[in-house]
Parts: sequence; C-alpha cells; structure tokens
Amino acid sequence: MEALEIARWQFGITTVYHFLMVPLTIGLGLTVAVLQTAWYRTGKEQYLRMTKFWGKLFLINFIMGVATGLVQEFQFGMAWSEYSRFVGDVFGAPLALESLLAFFVESIFLGLWIFGWKRLPKGMHLLSIWAASLATMGSAYFILAANSWMQHPVGVEMIDGRPVMVDIWAVLTNNTLLVAFPHTIFGAFSVAGGFLLGISWYHLWKRRRDGIDTVGADGKVVVGSNPAIGRDATDHKVWLQSLRIGAVVAMVSFGGVSLTGDLQAKLMFDQQPMKMAAAEAACHDGTGFSILSVGDLGSNDCDDMVAVVELPGLLSFLANGDFTTDVQGINTLIPEYQERFGTHLPSDPIYGERAGTEIDYVPVMEVTYWGFRLMITFGMLAAAAALVALWIARKGTVPESKWLMRLAVFGILAPFGANSAGWIFTEMGRQPFVVAPNPDPDGIDNVFMFTAAGVSPGVSLAELVFSLCAFALVYGVLLVVEVKLLFAYCRGGVPSAMPELLKQQDGDGPEDGSKGKDDDDVLAFAY
Amino acid sequence: MDFLPTLWFIIIAFFWTGYLFLEGFDLGVGMLFRGFARTNTDRRVLLNTVGPVWDGNEVWLVTAGAATFAAFPHWYASLFAGLYLPLVLVLLALIFRAVAFEYRGKMDSDRWRSVWDWAIVLGSFVAAFGVGAMLALTTTGLPLNANGDRVGGPFAWFSGYALLGGAAVVLFSLVHALAFLTLKTDGDIRLRARRLLVRWLPVALLPMALWAIVVVLAGGKPVTCMTLAVAVLGAASAWLLARRGKDGLSFAALGVFLVAGTATIFTAVFPIVLPSTLDPAFSLTVENASSSDYTLGIMSVIGAFGIPAVLVYQGYTYWVFRKRVSAASIPAAHAVVPQ
Repeated sequence: MEALEIARWQFGITTVYHFLMVPLTIGLGLTVAVLQTAWYRTGKEQYLRMTKFWGKLFLINFIMGVATGLVQEFQFGMAWSEYSRFVGDVFGAPLALESLLAFFVESIFLGLWIFGWKRLPKGMHLLSIWAASLATMGSAYFILAANSWMQHPVGVEMIDGRPVMVDIWAVLTNNTLLVAFPHTIFGAFSVAGGFLLGISWYHLWKRRRDGIDTVGADGKVVVGSNPAIGRDATDHKVWLQSLRIGAVVAMVSFGGVSLTGDLQAKLMFDQQPMKMAAAEAACHDGTGFSILSVGDLGSNDCDDMVAVVELPGLLSFLANGDFTTDVQGINTLIPEYQERFGTHLPSDPIYGERAGTEIDYVPVMEVTYWGFRLMITFGMLAAAAALVALWIARKGTVPESKWLMRLAVFGILAPFGANSAGWIFTEMGRQPFVVAPNPDPDGIDNVFMFTAAGVSPGVSLAELVFSLCAFALVYGVLLVVEVKLLFAYCRGGVPSAMPELLKQQDGDGPEDGSKGKDDDDVLAFAY
Repeated sequence: MDFLPTLWFIIIAFFWTGYLFLEGFDLGVGMLFRGFARTNTDRRVLLNTVGPVWDGNEVWLVTAGAATFAAFPHWYASLFAGLYLPLVLVLLALIFRAVAFEYRGKMDSDRWRSVWDWAIVLGSFVAAFGVGAMLALTTTGLPLNANGDRVGGPFAWFSGYALLGGAAVVLFSLVHALAFLTLKTDGDIRLRARRLLVRWLPVALLPMALWAIVVVLAGGKPVTCMTLAVAVLGAASAWLLARRGKDGLSFAALGVFLVAGTATIFTAVFPIVLPSTLDPAFSLTVENASSSDYTLGIMSVIGAFGIPAVLVYQGYTYWVFRKRVSAASIPAAHAVVPQ
C-alpha cells in the first residue's frame, strides 16, 4: 500500500459515509417544512404530530451529517494538499460560498427551530425550518458546483500551470452541475420517501398486530384506539398519511431521477466517454446496452469480456437519443487518451513512486459496471415497491404479514444504496483523473489533474493509516449509535417526540416533579 | 501592498476571532461539564445555555477554513497538511462533541449520559487545544520546504509554541465560559461561576498574552504595541468588573481582550501567513499564497452581503434565547419507550 491508495480509501469512506446522512437531511428537511406548513395552515393535530416525529428523526440524522461534514472541509488540505494548491483558485470559492451563504443559515435557523417551539411566534418558527431546509439544498448546490468542476472544468484559464478562475458564473452554471443538482435532489427525496414509507408501514402493521385496527368485511380498515399508549385515531392518520406521502414522493423522485439521470448520461458520453464505456464494460464500439456481461471484470482486461444479454440500440439511445449511432468503446478510447495525455506519468517528483509508470485510463470496471447497475436497480426497486405499497394500503391499513413489514422496513435501504452506488460510480469512473479533462471541442484545453498528483507530499503513510483507521472506527461506532437511536425513536412512535401525549392520559397532571413549576419558565424543549 | 489579499487576510483573521469569541464559551462550557457541573441538572443547565447556538458558532470554524482555502490555497494546503495528526484529533473531537450535544438527552439512562458527558469534556478540550496549537503555529512557523510541504516527519510541527497556543485557547475558553455562565444562568451555578472567574481570570489569560508578546517581539510593528496595551487593559477591566459583579461588562471586556489580542497577533505576523522555520524564503505570505484578484474580488462582493447578514441573524438567535437558564427551567428527562 502506498499513501495515495490510503488517501483515496479515506476520502471514499468518509465521503460515502457523509452522503448517507446528507440525502436524508435534504429530503426529510423539506418534508418536515411542508408538514409544519400544513399544520400552520389547517391546525390539524396529525400534521403537528407528523412534524414533531419526523422532525425528531431528522435531527438525529442531521447532526451526524454536520459532524462528518467537517472532515470533508478539512481533508482537501490535509490529505490532498497538491490538489488544493492546484485547484484552490476555482474550487475553494464554492466551498467558501457554501459555508457563508448556506451552512450558516442551516445551523443557525435549525437551532432556532429546535429550541423555538413555543418561544418563537408560530410564523417565525415555521420560517426557520424553511430557511434551514432550503439552505441544505443551497449547500448541495455549491458542493455540487465544486464537484462538477472536477468532472467538467469550466470558467478558468491556465496561468503558470494552474487553473485560474475567470468566470464564476460559468462555474455556477456548469452544465454538468445543472443536471447533477436535480439528480442529487431527486435522489435525496427518494431516500426520504422510502424512509417515511418503511417506518409508517411498521406502525400501521403494529396497530393491527396489537389488535387496535381491524379490517371490516369490505376490506376497509376499522380504526380503533388505545390512548393509554398514544394509539388514538389521530395516530392512525399520522401513519397512513405519512405512508402515502412517502410512497408518492418516492415515485415522483424516481421519475425525476430517471429523467435527470438520462440527461446526465448524455452529457457524460460527451464529457467523460471513458467513464460511460467503463460503465458498460463496452470494449468495442456498439449500440447495445449490456444487461449482463461475463468475463473477469476484475482483470480490467477487454479481451475477456463477453456481453451475454444485450438490449440492442439502448446504449446508443442513452448516449445520443437514437438507436443506431455507435458509442465508442474502451478499445477505441484508450489510444485517444494516450495521444492526448501520454502513455506514462511524467517523471515529476509530484507523482511520487508512480512517476514514469504507465497510465491505466480504464477505471475499475467491476465498480463502474456494477455501480451503474446497482444504482438503477435499487432505484427501480424502491419506486416499484412504493407503487405496490400505495396499492396495498389503499383501504387504510397494511396486512398483518410480518414478512411484508420487514420488507418495507428493509426497503428503506434501497434508495440509500442507489445514492451510494451512483456516487461511487461517478467518482471512480473519473479515474485516473481527479480533475477530468474536457474532450469536447468547446471545453478548455489541458485543465486536468491525475489523482496520483493530488495527494499531500509531506504526509506520511503512517499518518494516513492512523487517520483512516481512526475515522473508520469512530464512524463505525457512531453509525451503530445513530441506527440504535433511530430504532428506539421509531419504536416509540409519536410519543417519543411528543411525551406530552402520554402525560395527558394520566389525568392528574405532570407526574415528573415538574409540578408547581411555572410553565413559562420551563423550557418547551431542552437537551 | 496588494489590496485584495490584505483584505482577505483581515477577513480570515476576523473569522478566527469570531470563532474564538463565540465557540470559545461553548468549548469552555463543554470543559466545565464534569467537575464544575456536579449533578445531572447542573449539566443540563450548562448544555442548554449553549444548546441553541453552538452549531452556529462552529460554522465560524468551517468558514475560516473554507475562506482560507478559497483566498489562500497555499496557506490552507501547507497548514492543514503540515498539521495532519493534530487536525485528525481536532476533527474526531468535534465529531464526538457535536453528536454528544444532540444525543445526550435523547435517552434516559445514566450510562448513556455519562458516555456523552465525557465526549463533551474531552471533545471540547481537544478541539480547543488543537485549534489553539494550529493558530499559534501559523504565526510562529512550521518546517516547510520550498513547495510548502512539512518536512521532518509526523511530529515535526511540535514545539513549545504548539503547547502555548493550545493552553492559551483552552484557558481563555474556560474563563470566557465562566463569564458567559454568569450572564446565562442563575442561582448556585452563577455564583460559583463568578467566584471561579474572579479567582482564575488573571492566570488564565497569561498564555494568550504571552503568545501575543512573543509574536510582537519577533516582528511587531508600532501599532501592535497599542493593540497589545488595549488587550492588557481589557483583561484588567474584565477582572475588576467581575470582582464588582458587573457580569455583562466583564464579559464584554473579555471580548475586548480577545479581539485586541488576536488583532495584535495577526498584525504582528502580517504579511506572513505561515512562516517556514527552515528558510524565511519559503515562508508563505499574503502575496505568494493568495488566489487571483478575480476570485478574491468575487468573494469580496459576496462577503460584503453575506457576512453582515450572518451577523444579523446570528445576533437575532442570541436575542431570542437571551433568557437565563437555571435548574428551574429544566424539564424532566426524556424517556423513550416502545409503543
């Protein structure tokens, strides 16, 4: 192992992990804002409960995104100092804008929202969740602006061997960004949709298993009530509506993800043809989309690859919008890349041990081929499941089947899987470049950087190994803690976010020693 | 002197000062979580004085980092890579601390709380010490080669200055937190905080004062003698005011000490942003480490709107949550039971 590989593993692990929290934060944040708006406008109890319950889960997840986001901000300089020096003029600006214009809003208004119940005027309190939620999307926009620049550098001129920004507008309206942003946001909503659906299914199922809800002769639900544990008729509305919202959001998002994904693929065939060829394990030029290719993907050897099942014309459609134009395969692309960027890395100390070695222009096909397919499969599964769930729950509840409930809960993972697979595909598909060159004629020439050149020259292998182990360990432990906490709050249902629901039932007021305290003095919410 | 790089040096110094001022007290409150806070209710009082605001405070650190990346990529790269190990520890500390703030009250169990209590104490301490060490070293130097890379191995950054800076920020944060608690709490905690503040304030500010003096002696300019004098004056008045029970003014005077202190330090090292201890020719300066004028110009325009806006809405949250927190305002612990 060398420092470069460890640094890449570290960036990959910390980023994929961070992006488990991010889509849920983005998707759930807006969901909570909409639910609170519904409560604000209608005053209906179920919307308040939904706001509080989903808001609580949102917060448990949000903080992990914040905590792991710090690592992202710092590790460019720490582990990738050469990269930071090379791109700083253009890449740092979107990051700085993100923290100044979005992250501040997110953090401060969320603090207002968490502690502002009963302390802020209702309208202001509602405004604060909207501000925080929209700011999470603002954050996504700026971060994707930075990432899109690495995929497709624009708005710069090369001066003294470094890209210097000459047009911020070009950076902020990069066509790669304009499709990546909606794609990412729809992806985030598919996560939130699946999350709502799975957890609501569990609660509807629990109500039936506990004999609270029953099914009448016409198959329609007969809603029961057990107020002692917070299972009243409103509780049923909470879960049924959440399930329906979740299912609709998941399906609409899948539509959005598909459309934007198609646009993105067409751009990528232009901007990074090798990435798309590797996604297909397409060695030779052709028009067919591979459903299954056999051969040793791991060997990255083209002679070994056989497409077993292929949809003729589909690849061409993905790339060009028709069914007949050949799409370039890896064997055609390699000589083109070699001609433009050389066959061997320059003998420059910046490349460390890799200086002068041969460049492999083909990304790891095992990852790109399967990453691309897993993304699509998980996404389709989630959308299909949402449709089925909506149908099954049409009469107001879900079946008593335990396995179906488990399936719905496990289904929460599918959109997460689609998100991770998509990112792993797009980032690993860019290799061996960290800043991908522009093959299209209107792109700027010679703005590119090999990943091998980006790593910090002064940081030793031992330091990287230590930090990789430390982050992996801490992240692993915290994931267990977060999931444990989420499970506990899900099992607790709405009262876990609104303990007052249970206290009201006792009839003799608060039983917790807060008796006699002036209500105005006691914090409505406290850590 | 180039205008835009100088402006951005000032803005970054401003972000760091804002960070130390704001997160200073929440880091200090975190360190007081064990020892000073004796019971679970004490701890919850402490936690809720900073609960609504700590996350916004921490964004000042993120912004300081991101602005350094954008405005001075070479400073960012050399400093962050040079201090690799200490920054890994700072990040882990901040992660634990953030999660602890949010998760501590989410389960009603002594063991659960105890784990997060220690995460808050240690997280706050390590973060304060690490940030202090980093800031001290960016003013006193790292062994950098011509490319700006640290040479000499993973611990080559270590020096007495790292300890001095670490101690400076830890101790400042502690007294700053005590002053903050006199303003934000009531009853026994407030009295104890004031007593400790009066006793420890003069000692606790010494390391930061010493750091400023070291930097001034190395490269001070006439104006830094004046700012240093203001800082000393601020410290003295903070102490005298605390003795008289003027909590608000004492807190403000501490703020004067901090602002004058950091202004002294940053002005004294200007135009150097990160000295090389190997060869002065390798030192990074506002000129050779900065981004292009175009980038700095764009960021200046956006900052001109963004920074005042942040001050306004962040100020607003402090106004909303201005009420004192005391044992009487803490609701019952929150138990989650399966439904």
